[in-house]
Amino acid sequence: MPPALAVTALVKTYRGGLQALKGVDLRVDAGDFFALLGPNGAGKSTLIGIIASLVTKTSGQVRVFGHDLDLDPEAVKSCIGLVPQEFNFNLFLPAGEVVVNQAGYYGIPRREARVRAERYLRQLDLWERRDTEMRRLSGGMKRRLMIARALVHEPRLLILDEPTAGVDIEIRRSMWAFLKELNAQGTTIILTTHYLEEAESLCRNIAIINDGEIAERTSIAALLGRLHTETFVLNLKGRVTELPQLGGFVLNHVDDCTLEVEMNREHTINGLFDALSRNGIEVLSLRNKQNRLERLFLDMVDQNQADARGAP
Amino acid sequence: MTRGAGTWPRYWVTFATIVGKEFRRFTRIWVQTVLPSVITTTLYFLIFGELIGGRIGPMGGLPYLDFIVPGLVLMAVITNAYSNVVSSFYSSKFSRYVEELLVSPAPNWIILAGYVAGGVARGLTVGATVMLVAMLFTRIEVHSPAVTLLVLCMTAVLFSLGGFINAIYANSFDDISIVPTFVLTPLTYLGGVFYSIDLLPGFWQAVSLANPVLYMVNGFRYGLHGVTDIPLGWAFGIILAFIVGLSWFSLSLLRRGVGIKS
Repeated sequence: MPPALAVTALVKTYRGGLQALKGVDLRVDAGDFFALLGPNGAGKSTLIGIIASLVTKTSGQVRVFGHDLDLDPEAVKSCIGLVPQEFNFNLFLPAGEVVVNQAGYYGIPRREARVRAERYLRQLDLWERRDTEMRRLSGGMKRRLMIARALVHEPRLLILDEPTAGVDIEIRRSMWAFLKELNAQGTTIILTTHYLEEAESLCRNIAIINDGEIAERTSIAALLGRLHTETFVLNLKGRVTELPQLGGFVLNHVDDCTLEVEMNREHTINGLFDALSRNGIEVLSLRNKQNRLERLFLDMVDQNQADARGAP
Repeated sequence: MTRGAGTWPRYWVTFATIVGKEFRRFTRIWVQTVLPSVITTTLYFLIFGELIGGRIGPMGGLPYLDFIVPGLVLMAVITNAYSNVVSSFYSSKFSRYVEELLVSPAPNWIILAGYVAGGVARGLTVGATVMLVAMLFTRIEVHSPAVTLLVLCMTAVLFSLGGFINAIYANSFDDISIVPTFVLTPLTYLGGVFYSIDLLPGFWQAVSLANPVLYMVNGFRYGLHGVTDIPLGWAFGIILAFIVGLSWFSLSLLRRGVGIKS
């Protein structure tokens, strides 16, 4: 099966000379749940815009499930569903009509479009709001509506550009569950997000784009495997005023009931708990001080910026 | 690219969706879209036709009120076809929901045809309403229904295309009112709506011939009354030439993504 997305030597230079993409090569396999990360201005939205035909590329090739964007744009567009970062709908139309119209643009007859619209609006808890004008929906509802709209033609590749920005935790979790289910049913998903916890919990593979170039393209597991140390925050049952010495673990005192423990990959959580128990310290709960992917991401971006400064 | 068996039905659904959306839009806000033209032209009929027209006497072999009916109907068609497309397409650019179409497999010519058909629908709806109003003031017998309908449709198509091009280039809501104010209104008023160009001196007659609206008004006047200042073949030829030119230009703007893609 051809890859869901194959981007080759993609360059985008905007009028005015800004080179947003500097020869991007990227491959996303069919069925993948893929994260595309990068700092603001790195080129993520430009890359997505070109794939979705909203931005004109300067040079390079884009293929979606084997269809070339230059030679067969209609086939490429039929394969893709896009959930953009910014709201982009007619605020005066009812929510249901937005979804039905979108199906019509893809050539789906109105009767079938209504059936599909109902299916996706129900799945995303929007069916009761189908007659509500878009401008009267909350931010979270608008985000979910954009997902329903992107799915109504049943695309094989769904691209989500910051889909959960500004969405409360409960709705975000329900959207994650929905997207996981969608991916399990065979839809390839590409996700950009600033919530790195989102990428870590949803995605299998990842590309990090920085300054218009792919800085990294690997699996999430392989990337996390590069972490040399992790820092955990421990909530303690009793008070600890003096820090014990634990071989292999660096302890920091946050307050009498909270400790931070930095440990390298040679040690295990079990070992940490054994050592704490030997010193009479009981732990109520534990969490990562910083999202693991976030830490790697920041390290990588810092490294790239240092390399760029050092370049002749 | 080769087109499969399901391609043309799909295109039809896309076209019908755009037209349906446009039709629902202007009928939903009919007080803003249909009513103003009806009120304006009623005032024209009342003031120029009934009050002043009686003192002007016949024009082009017709009572003055009958003479101005075709021009006023056509003026409503022109204004509404243009306004519908320019405001609808610019709004879709401004609020970015044009992206709904750009990401879809709808080819550019279907997008253009859909918006133009929406403009034609509004132009003809308002034109028909104005015609009904005119029938309250005078008796209208259509000389040639085929010519009448053809000129109306072609005129609506031409100015819908004009509205589309204006919307593509517009960067603000102010930009969509410049052309109607400074181009459309003078062209319409100088297009023989209220007078026969036979009244003009030779030089101004020649200048008037460069105004495309003159051909439409005269073509339509022929359809209604069988009277025209311009040979009918010329009128159709000029309108068709403008339609072909503007269609080609609109498609080239869409293909290059001018004003809608970065």
